[in-house]
Amino acid sequence: MSTVKLTVNGKAVAVDVEDRTLLVHLLRDHLNLTGTHVGCDTSQCGACVVHLDGKAVKSCTMLAGQADGANVTTIEGIAKGDELHPMQAAFRDNHGLQCGYCTPGMIMSAIDIVHRHGGQLDEPTVRQELEGNICRCTGYHNIVKAVLDAAGRMKVSQAAE
Amino acid sequence: MGVEGIGARVVRKEDKRFITGKGRYVDDIKLLGMTHAHFIRSPHAHAKVKKIDSSAALKMPGVVAVLTGQELVDDKVGNLICGWAITSKDGTPMKMGAWPAMAPETVRFVGQAVAVVIADSKNLARDAAESVVVDYEELPAVADMQSAIKAGAPQLHPEAPGNQVYDWVIGDEGATDAAFAKAANVVKLDVTNNRLAPNAMEPRAAIADYDAAEEHFTLYTTSQNPHVARLVLSAFYNIAPEHKLRVIAPDVGGGFGSKIFIYPEEMVALWASKKVGRPVKWTGDRTEAFLTDAHGRDHVTHAEMAFDANNKITGLKVKTYANFGAYMSLFSSSVPTYLYATLLSGQYNIPAIHAEVVGVYTNTTPVDAYRGAGRPEASYLIERLMETAARQLKVDPAQLRRTNFITQFPHQTPVIMAYDTGDFNASLDAAMKAIDYAGFAARKAQAKSQGKLRGIGVSCYIEACGIAPSKAVGSLGAGVGLWESAEVRVNPVGTIEILTGSHSHGQGHETTFCQLVAERLGVPISQVSIVHGDTDKVQFGMGTYGSRSAAVGLTAILKAMEKMESKAKKIAAHALEASEGDIVIENGEFKVAGTDKAIAFPMVALAAYTAHNLPDGMEPGLKESAFYDPTNFTFPAGAYICELEVDPGTGKTSFVNFVAADDFGRLINPMIVEGQVHGGLAQGIGQALLEHAIYDANGQPVTASFMDYSMPRADDLPSFNLSHTTTLCPGNPLGIKGCGEAGAIGASAAVINAITDAIGKNNLEMPATPDRVWRTIHAA
Repeated sequence: MSTVKLTVNGKAVAVDVEDRTLLVHLLRDHLNLTGTHVGCDTSQCGACVVHLDGKAVKSCTMLAGQADGANVTTIEGIAKGDELHPMQAAFRDNHGLQCGYCTPGMIMSAIDIVHRHGGQLDEPTVRQELEGNICRCTGYHNIVKAVLDAAGRMKVSQAAE
Repeated sequence: MGVEGIGARVVRKEDKRFITGKGRYVDDIKLLGMTHAHFIRSPHAHAKVKKIDSSAALKMPGVVAVLTGQELVDDKVGNLICGWAITSKDGTPMKMGAWPAMAPETVRFVGQAVAVVIADSKNLARDAAESVVVDYEELPAVADMQSAIKAGAPQLHPEAPGNQVYDWVIGDEGATDAAFAKAANVVKLDVTNNRLAPNAMEPRAAIADYDAAEEHFTLYTTSQNPHVARLVLSAFYNIAPEHKLRVIAPDVGGGFGSKIFIYPEEMVALWASKKVGRPVKWTGDRTEAFLTDAHGRDHVTHAEMAFDANNKITGLKVKTYANFGAYMSLFSSSVPTYLYATLLSGQYNIPAIHAEVVGVYTNTTPVDAYRGAGRPEASYLIERLMETAARQLKVDPAQLRRTNFITQFPHQTPVIMAYDTGDFNASLDAAMKAIDYAGFAARKAQAKSQGKLRGIGVSCYIEACGIAPSKAVGSLGAGVGLWESAEVRVNPVGTIEILTGSHSHGQGHETTFCQLVAERLGVPISQVSIVHGDTDKVQFGMGTYGSRSAAVGLTAILKAMEKMESKAKKIAAHALEASEGDIVIENGEFKVAGTDKAIAFPMVALAAYTAHNLPDGMEPGLKESAFYDPTNFTFPAGAYICELEVDPGTGKTSFVNFVAADDFGRLINPMIVEGQVHGGLAQGIGQALLEHAIYDANGQPVTASFMDYSMPRADDLPSFNLSHTTTLCPGNPLGIKGCGEAGAIGASAAVINAITDAIGKNNLEMPATPDRVWRTIHAA
């Protein structure tokens, strides 16, 4: 057992976990942040994506201990109170989700994609960048639309800040 | 249409919880004192279980129990059932071997459970499973159908000699032979419909909780049809009587058919929770999903189509071998028979059809209904045949289809189905216009000048949805009625709860079902909530599959709404001192037609519950229910056209355009309908280009993770170009046909027709990987 100290969604926590515990299980089982999902166990599907120090990572592919001292943001931590993150709103407005299982990972990956590409996003880039997130419901059509829509919204909201 | 009524593109009410991480899936639920189950699964495709030694595991800390298949037998827990009886052509019933939830004696596919470890945590259960020693005696195994039906092949079940479950026929053999004898041309085709793994993104999971004082079980499970699960668990598996078993299917992360069936794991969890006296949770991992979720498709077919001198189809002969895997799953028997062969007429006037289907056992994961279920296999076969015929007869493939389209309705096919309505020319027109079919030749020439092989492929599909009426499916062997139920509960303040037996696991019922209420009453959808997925709340229901929830489930809601409105009108008329026949419902008010007298709906509801001033003899309250059994299947149909380029140097396929023109009858929410089509198309394209569940000759699965099974990803797919044509379904009052599976049914043939058009060779099996396409291009 080890104590892992990290900041999750802005709150400092210290969690005692078995050394073999994966970050996703620390979040789900110890902190009850069940929005982060496990879909494949092999780093392929991206249902577990969270932000670690601002970058998208697959939380099923790192040990909780590796996140010691890090700043983790999960799907539960991106809205400002009742105000949805622009990516969340874009997924809703463009019908970018159906069963919702891949959605948290999709949104977390998509935010990272927009951050990395800024205003340079186009459809081929979004499709290529989403290669690590699998959805079985939507055929990706509306997810791609949502990400492109949110890229515009995020530029606007950054400009406003 | 109001802003939230039928036909409005309303954003989904359910989305807020999903986009904020507040969805509640089975694995998100924790119960006090909960234990965790880990199944010990066979590494062999076929073996005798000689001995299970769990002594070391039982000494490990945190281990509660190790339970085996023999204990299931000792406790008289029933075997898994197949709920649709099929009769072979010789009049004998289908031949099935027993499927115990954990194998006491013989395992017949890799991944079949033999024992389960129950421990205080998932990790402890997994650790302990490593210490359980299972002594197997390996037996010869057979994984492919062609080998399984040969003399001398390893035999799976003594009940099914030759590994044959049934040899079933449909249609008129004599009339079909006569048509072929007179044919001007005969087109022959061999096709394999590749095996798919469903892979809903949420792995299956179950939590079972036994209350010893009440002798009552609660099961949280990833189910598309919790009431059917309760019925089967109760009536056949001897778990508990129905009133002592509550089944809850909360948010479910995709189903596609794979979560219809009752699997061993939830059954064992229920049984184990009573044995250990604590709640038991099992959450599958992805490899367990590959090993144990019922697979789809896996047909091998030879077909011949006869044409007269005018290119009119005169007959169709089909022989199909259908792989069932090692056991007969819940609805497996119906898939290659009544869900497949009954659609072999496609969109065409075919006077004579004869089809024979041989069901085969192999040492592989069981196969059952998946995303289209039989209809993709039928549509793929017919549309590949039409394309092959067009090439052989040297006519335009679109024109050959038009020559043979059914244009008069109703139309009785020679294979049971009576198509009620449709306009196949209209959908083909729409698709051809959308893709500029006329301009294709010029585009192909242009691509050729750049070293690319461009092709175009048409697919005109029809499907049968709703899977009803009950009397019809009962006569064909179904073990259950396939109606739907609904209840409308109006609260005293005028808010409304709709209880439905349909289950939403991505389809958006929490929005679309509210839209019907908004349409009828003029109340905002925020005043309406949809209750589903809990056998304690909803009395009964058949669940969601076969694209049936709108056509059947929503119609049941309509029927209950009509009853409720009828009573509400009486109350309103009484309050307004008017005649019941003069009351109209507008914008949330009950009005006396042609006057300014009105009473708001919440006041009607309140009057129903205060009961201070009701018509004489009327019961208080405002709550009505309905059971709805349709009069026929529904027949969604459409035309898909795919244009693509193949790189002859690599065999890689790139999409240029994919157009879909569907006729789903009335659309409740076009945004949601489009989403359903997008997902289906991705599945159809995935099957055509990428997906294949593969076993080696010894029955070892080669594709048991996302590392080796190719799931369609965003960069494998194009954006889609959708349109709709409309003929209203006459079989239900809303005119709805269903849209959930169309894409998966129609898309594969369009893709393969386009690739074979591009490369100029007709024989190409799915999945058309670059390697396979390159070899086909360069084959002698």
